[in-house]
Amino acid sequence: MAKVLVVTSGKGGVGKTTSTAALGAALAQNGANVVVVDFDVGLRNLDLVMGAERRVVYDLINVVQGDAKLAQALIRDKRVENLSLLPASQTRDKDALTNEGVARVIGELREKFDWVICDSPAGIEKGAMLAMYHADVAVVVTNPEVSSVRDSDRIIGMLDSKTARAEKGERVEKHLLLTRYDPGRAARGEMLNVDDVLEILSIPLLGIIPESQEVLQASNIGSPVTLANPNGVAARAYFDAARRLGGEKIEVVVPLERKGFISRLFGRRVA
Amino acid sequence: MNLLGLFFKRRSSAPVARERLQVLLAHERIATGHSELLAKLQEEIIQVIARHIKIDREHVHVKLDRGRDTSTLEIDVDLPAVMPLMGAR
Repeated sequence: MAKVLVVTSGKGGVGKTTSTAALGAALAQNGANVVVVDFDVGLRNLDLVMGAERRVVYDLINVVQGDAKLAQALIRDKRVENLSLLPASQTRDKDALTNEGVARVIGELREKFDWVICDSPAGIEKGAMLAMYHADVAVVVTNPEVSSVRDSDRIIGMLDSKTARAEKGERVEKHLLLTRYDPGRAARGEMLNVDDVLEILSIPLLGIIPESQEVLQASNIGSPVTLANPNGVAARAYFDAARRLGGEKIEVVVPLERKGFISRLFGRRVA
Repeated sequence: MNLLGLFFKRRSSAPVARERLQVLLAHERIATGHSELLAKLQEEIIQVIARHIKIDREHVHVKLDRGRDTSTLEIDVDLPAVMPLMGAR
């Protein structure tokens, strides 16, 4: 049965879009039929991170308004054939999204795919509310930093009250994805550590993605990190997170980058 | 020793962050919970009144005052000059 997953955070710049791309690709690489949907109308970026920016013809708004068929707007990934992208519009604004239109599109996507992954815009306005409304599962992307944790707390409250599931008296399955984590700084008490964030937000941990240049390199070349650098520390963390989403029980470990003598010596300057 | 102490104190700001967040979120969770409770109370009370009296929904005010020992919930409903009792029809 299809699952609708929203990647959300409240705060911007924490890694929603890179996590959407990486989790979507990881699930597809493991064999599932996946579509990633960009809800950030007016400021689309998922197409760019996925490397499909030159292939966008129709977008979510066109499909919502009935100007294009869903099949016309879906862009199939060139690297993984069971991964598709439904881009957002760059020229329209979020008011062009209607509740009924989004409900219809999500319904159609549920029939075609195993996973419908919605990349939420930042904030708590209409676009973000629509992205989370139909979700069965939510991945709350959080940085170990006070403003991000506060916004995540707010979003968790909304997942419990402003979604279709909440209105029916059901629960949205919520997971915490801790991104841009620096184990060294956390150990030295310079950064909130995993336990701090888990205790404050009290939702189960899906994974810890380390602060890593692999993530930036991947978006530079327009590829999800799980495709660009599948053996890297960030990709492995995303692969594990994707398997946990599939229901597997894998212990969460704090990812450590294996550093050679040289990078240890120059690590600071490079970072 | 002193220098070392200073060094470590300056570095570990995470416990401060953690404590500030815990205090802040405890308050914010109560606040958002209350605003929803208020909206619900207001809606249900208006429904009960509207079952018997014709009222203008614009002229209903609900206020919650949280005091030290007691809190008060204040509901103001403006009734029309001549009350058309619905049950009397």
